[in-house]
Amino acid sequence: MQLVGERLAVDRGDRRIFDGVSFAVPAGSALVVTGPNGSGKSTLIKAIAGFLPPAAGSVRLDGMAGADDGWRLAEHCHYLAHDNALKGQLTVAENLSFWQRFLGPGLDIEAALEKVGLPGIGDIPAGYLSAGQKRRVAIARLLVTARPVWLVDEPTAALDAASGKRFADIVRKHLGSGGIVVAATHQDLGLKAARFLALDNAAGHHPSPHGGGAQAAAA
Amino acid sequence: MNALFVRELRLATRVGAGALTGVLFFLAVVTVVPFAVGPDLNLLARIGPAVLWVGALLASLLGLDRLFQQDREDGSLAILAMAGHPLALTVFVKCLAHWAATGLPLIAAAPVFGLFLNMEATAIAATVATLAVGTPAVTFIGAVGAAVTVTLARGGLIIAILVLPLVIPSLIFGVAASYGAVEDPAPFTQPFLMVAAITLFFAVLGPLSAAFVLRHAAE
Repeated sequence: MQLVGERLAVDRGDRRIFDGVSFAVPAGSALVVTGPNGSGKSTLIKAIAGFLPPAAGSVRLDGMAGADDGWRLAEHCHYLAHDNALKGQLTVAENLSFWQRFLGPGLDIEAALEKVGLPGIGDIPAGYLSAGQKRRVAIARLLVTARPVWLVDEPTAALDAASGKRFADIVRKHLGSGGIVVAATHQDLGLKAARFLALDNAAGHHPSPHGGGAQAAAA
Repeated sequence: MNALFVRELRLATRVGAGALTGVLFFLAVVTVVPFAVGPDLNLLARIGPAVLWVGALLASLLGLDRLFQQDREDGSLAILAMAGHPLALTVFVKCLAHWAATGLPLIAAAPVFGLFLNMEATAIAATVATLAVGTPAVTFIGAVGAAVTVTLARGGLIIAILVLPLVIPSLIFGVAASYGAVEDPAPFTQPFLMVAAITLFFAVLGPLSAAFVLRHAAE
């Protein structure tokens, strides 16, 4: 299994955010997308998730039956962005069990909460949690449904150092079991053997038809 | 999909969701009319079905902006779009749950409000039947309006303006059928079937169009 992006270009409105971005992430490895604010990290993640149609190029998941076009790819992906997708009126367990039943089976809810360091909070309405706790529940969502590709955008924002480390452990474990992670982040996730993809602002301001954008390089 | 239905109903009935707002608004419309037209019982009985329909129609327009907006704000909408189910089916289930939470209470309240208007039993029964068959169309059409305005912070009134022209046929045939049940030469069956046909038509077209719009707003 391999997540492949080929000469990807994405427009938002009339503005070309990036151009000619290529990468290949084999099973068990992570792609860390870096770049200054506004360089298109989130946009790249959204394009892989299928929310933004690419203006040129393509993303696909090789070696996965029936995962050729963008929308099928999305079914194999988890998406964790700035919003936690939690309903404050529902309890933590209700939130997670809904996502599990809607998206597919995975880890047991109590076990997932334990993994993010929040055992026994299933009965508390999600609205009562702190920002960091909500974030950890959102991370637990990645665990309650088993999907090979994790697309995470600033995953450790609002997390303290200990929780950040715990998240890095969860990511390592996911990679260890043959998963793929694409992370847009400023912070060091402490991933060894990660590939890096540097997006620069230049592509956004001076659209170049011949690409010249970023290439993924194994570190 | 069951999970989605249960979640939507739970959200609609938890404190602060305003599930009864529609019924209260319906009550307000119906109680104001006798004061406006005066104490002519025959006149009230004659315009009764029309008043109930107008009240129920306006009341069911009220909560439509909540259909997708909250899911978009907390990031759930993006995740909903990444499930294995077609987005149109997800929208359909959300519409059903929305109707069960906001439309059914209106229909349950309609017989009581019919008594306020001096309507006879047959007219009340016919109006309730046409409302039960006709109000889902408002939700299905409203889903398109809600999808179009999902990115607007205050889309409520715009939805009403967008949706109102399209629900006029349901209103016309619904009231015609209610009159047909009590006034001799006028038919009941034909307009009633028209109401049902409009609902079935929009049960297909509404979710499909709303899903199409949401795909482009899901970012």
